[in-house]
Amino acid sequence: MANTKEVRKQIASIKSTQKITSAMEMVAASKMKKTQDTMLEGRPYSLKIKDVISHVALANSEYPHPFYEERTPKKACFIVVSSDKGLCGGLNINLFKQVIAKSAELNEQGIQSCFALIGTKAAGFFKSVGGQVIAVAEKLGDKPNPDDLIGLTKVVLDMHKNGDIDQAYLCSNGFVNTMTQQPNVEQLIPLAPEEKEESSPTQWDYIYEPEAKELLDGLLTRYIESLVYQAVIENNACEQAAKMIAMKNATDNAGDLIKELELLYNNVRQAAITQELSEIVGGAAAV
Amino acid sequence: MSTIKINIVSSSEEIYSGEATMVYATGTLGELGIAPGHTPLLTGLAAGPVRVQNGSEEEAFFCSGGFLEVQPDLVTVLSDTAERAESLDESEAIKAKEAAEQELANKDASLDYAKASAQLAEAVARLKTIQKLRKNQ
Repeated sequence: MANTKEVRKQIASIKSTQKITSAMEMVAASKMKKTQDTMLEGRPYSLKIKDVISHVALANSEYPHPFYEERTPKKACFIVVSSDKGLCGGLNINLFKQVIAKSAELNEQGIQSCFALIGTKAAGFFKSVGGQVIAVAEKLGDKPNPDDLIGLTKVVLDMHKNGDIDQAYLCSNGFVNTMTQQPNVEQLIPLAPEEKEESSPTQWDYIYEPEAKELLDGLLTRYIESLVYQAVIENNACEQAAKMIAMKNATDNAGDLIKELELLYNNVRQAAITQELSEIVGGAAAV
Repeated sequence: MSTIKINIVSSSEEIYSGEATMVYATGTLGELGIAPGHTPLLTGLAAGPVRVQNGSEEEAFFCSGGFLEVQPDLVTVLSDTAERAESLDESEAIKAKEAAEQELANKDASLDYAKASAQLAEAVARLKTIQKLRKNQ
């Protein structure tokens, strides 16, 4: 049977772990509020740009944009959004599983994959798994700046322009609520054409200043950027929520362990006392 | 007096939402005045002020670039928060590629130049906005 000192040491070590996890839980809880606020602040822009894009799709533009063009796909690019830090349960790995599954599915159709990665975890994962990585953006922090994503998005869009890739997918966690995060793999390019309303007014088009091509290029690029940025800040909110839940579970588990160990400790202590007593009684009887 | 709905948003926040009798903005091809019932228009925005007039009240916002969409009853301003320049985008792209190759050690000197010049352009435009506001007072 284990001796009391050993058990005491174990209890002390688990207690210190519990302190750390409960502190991390509180940190995650306070960050979660902030990241959710950031997520909500970003929403008006993405809604408005979506409105504008749908207006543009309704207009009879003289210039059909390549992002709407369906090509025979030969190669697809996955933009994978992950967290920079671990300790957030299965958040990242669940997403990676979906990405790998989708990539394998495309592979069967003869479509190759390449990856543009956001977040340290994705960079680490795809380095070990292998696969062609075309761009990486890491260490964006709790309040990512849209600027930090421009480079990565441009690499992907340039490859599309040059015909190196024909499809692009955006893979990130969607924030359902604090308890649930939903890994999503969505098609980014070609953009799904908006359904034209039958009741839409007669043929009209914008006045473009300067050129339609130049403007639509800029606008659609901005649109893709805003989708990626929105995915990143949403993923951040997911990360903090998942971290909070993971740390809460860890703290609870540590509490259970401590309870069990304390029971064991008392048993061991009691056994030791009983043994000592019986030895004394035995010794006295012998004298 | 008829009004037009105006929304000004940037990627990190909603800046303004309301009604206006007249909207003034700085397009890439020159200054624009938009009254209610304007024909559909899509244009780029240069760094400069966006003024929203509602009756006798007027509010001004600084916009460092972006896009302006006009529908007959709606104006949407998609403002960039960042200073953007083609050369800057390019260097950002290079940076992301370099990160992919794990070559973050050597920083590109041209990046700093592009950033600085974009910042300068924005600072000048910001100054213009302030001066205009002063004059109006």
